[in-house]
Amino acid sequence: MTEQSPLLTVRDLKVWFDVKRPGAMPWTPVDKLKAVDGVSFDLKPGETLGIVGESGCGKSTLARAVMRMVPTEAGQALWLGQDLLEMSKREMRAHRKEMQMIFQDPLASLDPRMTIGQIVAEPLKTHFPGLSTPEVKDHVREVLDRVGILPNMINRYPHEFSGGQCQRIGIARALIVKPRLIICDEPVSALDVSIQAQVINLLMELQEELGLSLIFIAHDLSVVKHISDRVMVLYLGNVAEISEASQLYRSPGHPYTEALISAVPIPDPQAEREKEVMLLDRDLPSPLNPPSGCVFRTRCPIAEERCGQSRPPLKDLGKGQQVACHLR
Amino acid sequence: MTDKLVQPFSQKRTAELAENLSAGGEVKGRSLWADARRRFVANRAAMASVVVLVLIFAFSLFGDHVTQFDNETIDWDVMGSVKELGAPSLTNGHWFGFDESGRDLYARVVQGSRISLSVGLVGAFIAVMVGTLYGSVAGFVGGRVDGVMMRLVDIFMSIPYMFVLILLLVVFGRSISMLFVGIGLTAWLDMSRIVRGQTLSLKNREFVEAAVAIGVPTHRIILRHIVPNLLGVVVVYATLLVPQMILTESFISFLGLGVQEPDTSWGALISEGVKSMNYGTLWQLAFPLCFFVITIFCFFFIGDGLRDALDPKDR
Ligand code: SF4
Repeated sequence: MTEQSPLLTVRDLKVWFDVKRPGAMPWTPVDKLKAVDGVSFDLKPGETLGIVGESGCGKSTLARAVMRMVPTEAGQALWLGQDLLEMSKREMRAHRKEMQMIFQDPLASLDPRMTIGQIVAEPLKTHFPGLSTPEVKDHVREVLDRVGILPNMINRYPHEFSGGQCQRIGIARALIVKPRLIICDEPVSALDVSIQAQVINLLMELQEELGLSLIFIAHDLSVVKHISDRVMVLYLGNVAEISEASQLYRSPGHPYTEALISAVPIPDPQAEREKEVMLLDRDLPSPLNPPSGCVFRTRCPIAEERCGQSRPPLKDLGKGQQVACHLR
Repeated sequence: MTDKLVQPFSQKRTAELAENLSAGGEVKGRSLWADARRRFVANRAAMASVVVLVLIFAFSLFGDHVTQFDNETIDWDVMGSVKELGAPSLTNGHWFGFDESGRDLYARVVQGSRISLSVGLVGAFIAVMVGTLYGSVAGFVGGRVDGVMMRLVDIFMSIPYMFVLILLLVVFGRSISMLFVGIGLTAWLDMSRIVRGQTLSLKNREFVEAAVAIGVPTHRIILRHIVPNLLGVVVVYATLLVPQMILTESFISFLGLGVQEPDTSWGALISEGVKSMNYGTLWQLAFPLCFFVITIFCFFFIGDGLRDALDPKDR
């Protein structure tokens, strides 16, 4: 597994947005919102990378930047060695069938005016315009069947399905072009807990069956625990930690990861009562004006003086654990 | 939201569903359009308005075949003494009576309806086409283009349009085509704003994002995803625009600047009716006014019904 060359390599990716201060004159310089500020990671074929962080930490923006849905400031995103960010629109379009995306709000990500048959067929029609209508229909039925939607429902509309079913339809839409990577942008956070598990299991099954790579975005660690091989923790557009999942849960390297893990409820009530929750008291600082040095400084329980002076680089702690902290 | 989800599973539907499932057939879905149609048909005021409006359209198109009189012949006997001889009567066939110059008022109203309705429809059509195109381009392209396009609309909007319209008619002469152009040119401004707003909000919806992620080309996104979801608003606004057009035309004609003799419109007829009100020939005012008011009300009811039907969240 380790010798395999990565499917996707992201290097020092930066996504900055221009933000106008309210009431600003047209000529005043705009503020830069550093949504993603220098993120690097590798993704191997068949691997699942979980990306975790509070809302506003740039995890969705990171995914959209790789998909070229938001403009990037700097950095590279290499797909099998080719930089996606340098490609022309036409080249990029050809690559889009290899990477698909699943969205947070299952209902909102399906066009309300189209039947689910049309919705699921859309990627196929876009990337394989030569297919005849019956062929398309066969594919649609097959893939719907695979995700657990009765194929005779293809003439129904999204609003006639439940949230979990809509997410299955979203998965079917992503699967139909046989991609190698699926980016799941908080695919279960809008769903009931019982349905969350079903959807995650479905994704894991599909991954096993088709050898997919997954990037699985979530805002808490408990959701990505079962599905991820490795987990990346983001804080204010910076990587706090990238580790093998088992290692990360056993011994979190970064103080922020520790705080996130302590927030995950333990199923045993006795243990739950006794455990110490590390509370992050202050609010998330504004990404418009991030703290100097280590961005986690303002909320870090063990911060020292040098934390404010320089940004901590990602350090390899061994056992597949990389942490950005001066004290580790 | 919840009642929307619960509704489909009424007992009848469940039974239907079960039947379909066992038969292995494809279940037919309820599109949002079908939903909207059902809600619209259930709206009594709107449905009644549709019926009345159809009758008025039929009247304006075929009304002249029913009577033996045309709208030009002047009955010289009646002319000087309209009050005594020209009242509406079923026996002599002049159902609406005579107008001030001794012409059959029924035929005149048919003629006026034709012009008023076509001004309304054509004017609204121009406004909707121009406004939708302009607004969706501004909204979808965004950025500086959007800024320039919308500031331009702001500038146009700040000019009192009635003033411009009157000026146009005075300078270029009074003709129906000038009226079309003038009304159409000013009415698209609101439309373009509404459409732009809608496009902006659609652009950020997840299903459009999803289409971008899939790699659907931009023009297909606009045609397959943006426009169909825009259509509801456009349709509603268009229905409300028609009466507005008719009102504008009537007002202009009432001032004597609109259509010219021998052509006529509801506004011109009402204007004549008002002038002769003092002579006691009230029917000359009453008939065109009735048609005018009823039509305007019908359009408003239909527009309301459509809005409720297409956007149930707003109720
Ligand atoms: S570098 Fe300092 S502030 Fe940042 S996480 Fe480590 S200890 Fe905390």
